[in-house]
Amino acid sequence: MAIIIEQPDAPRSRKGAQWEKRAWIFMRASGIILVFLIIGHLSVNLILPEHGVKAIDFAFVAGKWASPFWQVYDGLMLWLALIHGTNGMRTIVNDYTEREWLRKSLNIALWVVAATLILLGTLVITTFDPCIDPNVHNYLPELVCKG
Amino acid sequence: MASRPAGTLYRGKLGMWTWVLHRITGVGIYFFLLVHILDTALVRVSAEAYNSVVASYKTEIIGLAEIGLVGAILFHAFNGIRIILIDYWRKGAKYQNQMFWVVLVIWVVLMAGFIPRQLSNIFGA
Repeated sequence: MAIIIEQPDAPRSRKGAQWEKRAWIFMRASGIILVFLIIGHLSVNLILPEHGVKAIDFAFVAGKWASPFWQVYDGLMLWLALIHGTNGMRTIVNDYTEREWLRKSLNIALWVVAATLILLGTLVITTFDPCIDPNVHNYLPELVCKG
Repeated sequence: MASRPAGTLYRGKLGMWTWVLHRITGVGIYFFLLVHILDTALVRVSAEAYNSVVASYKTEIIGLAEIGLVGAILFHAFNGIRIILIDYWRKGAKYQNQMFWVVLVIWVVLMAGFIPRQLSNIFGA
């Protein structure tokens, strides 16, 4: 089978070029923000608590998400990291797949996974209810649970 | 022995290998991220479900694997900043090699801080 190599200087459609440029800028902008968000995330979850990772449980998450700060923080990290990761995977798929149908299918799968997990994660953060834990008053004594 | 091509500024040098490592760490982090969103989503199911899954993060084997994960994240993070500097800083391309060594030093310092902490958390009482 003949391998067709695209001419590097072949003009893209204006729309295509715009999209790639925005994706390129997004990778850099989100990358810088993610460096801070993720190093903060690792510090607060793995280093600062007395027993590090062993301190993480439902109560730990409930304690964090009692504050809107951590809800926004984790939501922002979710969106930026998943879009950044998905776009990186798209770049790799575009580089290494030779068959057009395979390239398209993998890219569609990547964005479907990303959209699903962003929706799931956002719902989890925004509808989180610490009252589903029967022991919630041991660590959130002020909390009023209905029913 | 056939002599090898002298190479270019890029091929077979640090620039190429950091590009390879950036991709490998990126793919690894991506798949971890998928798992991590799903395991965290269990806080919406029940405290029991979440606690039982998070318990696996506290095992010795995953605790050690997490050192690899943090190592991959820190490399990807600081090498990413190096890439941005190569793109935007006027002298970025000229100093791309030196910037790799800076990335490596930052990585070693942060890992030297993280590894003992993680080991004592995982293996400590």
